[in-house]
Amino acid sequence: MLKALKELGLGFMSLLVGMKITLQQFFKPTVTVRYPRQALKMPKRYRGHIMLVRDKDTGKPLCVACKACEKACPSDCILVDGVKREGEKRKSVTVFKLNFTQCSLCGACVEVCPVDALAYSKEYNLASTRKEVFAQMDLYQRMMEEKTP
Amino acid sequence: MTLPEPYRLLAYLVGILTFVGLNAAYLVWVERKVAARIQRRPGPTEVGPEGLLQPIADALKLTSKQVLVPPQADRVLFRLAPLVVVAPAMMCLATVPFSAALGAMDFNLALVLVFALGSINVLAILLGGWASRNKYAIIAAARVVSQNVAYEVPMLLVVITLLMVTGTMSLREIVEQQAGGFWRWNILRLAANPLMPVTFVVFFICMLAETNRAPFDMAEAESELVAGAFTEYAGMGFGVFFLAEYANIVVGCALATILFFGGWHSPVGVLPGLFWFLLKLYLLIFTVIWVRWTFPRTQFYKLLNLSWKVLIPISLVTLVLTSAMLKLF
Repeated sequence: MLKALKELGLGFMSLLVGMKITLQQFFKPTVTVRYPRQALKMPKRYRGHIMLVRDKDTGKPLCVACKACEKACPSDCILVDGVKREGEKRKSVTVFKLNFTQCSLCGACVEVCPVDALAYSKEYNLASTRKEVFAQMDLYQRMMEEKTP
Repeated sequence: MTLPEPYRLLAYLVGILTFVGLNAAYLVWVERKVAARIQRRPGPTEVGPEGLLQPIADALKLTSKQVLVPPQADRVLFRLAPLVVVAPAMMCLATVPFSAALGAMDFNLALVLVFALGSINVLAILLGGWASRNKYAIIAAARVVSQNVAYEVPMLLVVITLLMVTGTMSLREIVEQQAGGFWRWNILRLAANPLMPVTFVVFFICMLAETNRAPFDMAEAESELVAGAFTEYAGMGFGVFFLAEYANIVVGCALATILFFGGWHSPVGVLPGLFWFLLKLYLLIFTVIWVRWTFPRTQFYKLLNLSWKVLIPISLVTLVLTSAMLKLF
């Protein structure tokens, strides 16, 4: 009898403890962000689709079209081509296509790149009604259309 | 201010309907806001400032939906159930004295009327669940009936305890007895029954169970029974059940205010009675919402165990104790 009463009292106290916790949360500030109006900054190590990196001085892509990424890609989703322009020691990239529908964001291409010309973008708002948009992402053209920073 | 009888009647009718409608609409908003705050979210923000127009948007959406009756269902009972569930809840409010001067009806058996009408709620959910011809609805309806039968017993035992102390069933007289400072409120009448706060806790738990609120929301156990007894209801049919749920919470909390917290009496002696009544009412309603977002739903047999093995013995003890104290002192 006494044991049952003690158990009952303890049980009731545990309910009050739970209610105290929720009340404390009630008075704390909210932590969620009203997404379309505010957005969190993507963390440093976020892996979006890959993108070409510019040379800070010339504004041109660092890529030398060595095709190491093309070979490293386990899903065969990168297609690179380049030309050797006159007066330049290295090749310049002219085509860089990514099949993002097959890319698993493994990062082998970024790892293997000898000149650090590839990086992860921070883009996550990717949506389209057509498959081709992602099956043939032209990263070179995308970079050219981008305004130089 | 006294109006001639027909006008007074009309004024109170309109007043109570408005009160119930506004409460049902805005308690949904309050509930969503409180739930959000407890979970550290902002809650509704899009429709109007701070989401204040959200209930109106919800109501418009519900009313614009097609009213569907399942082909297998019992048409008459199916359409009748929402009416049966909402009418008694509104009728109960007629007996509630909001302040010394504001109360639609005062008669000596008000408390009995409230409990008689209050139990119709179960009948309506049973009707709705049965008429739906849906297994989830029938399971939920059966659960609700056994739950309400179980919780009606300790609830009424507690009320009998209180009636022995007050000696009247008129809600107005019960409130008038508690005048003169908060130590005169029934919850602190320790001379008549040292277990009075426990009595209130039992009453509050039973009230949660009677209004089918979480953690006792067996009527609408979303995760187990789709939407319980309301599964087949579309649009405003469901809306009316929802309205009735909030109306029942208002009635239950108003009753708790009157029986335990001195109704319209102020603890400090300033501001009008209506203000204090509504303040106590909404604090209790806040507690109801707070409880809902703190505890998960209980299992069904634990729910019945709680009633038969814990609440009924406790309420019997308080009943015996009160009668002994009244006889001795």
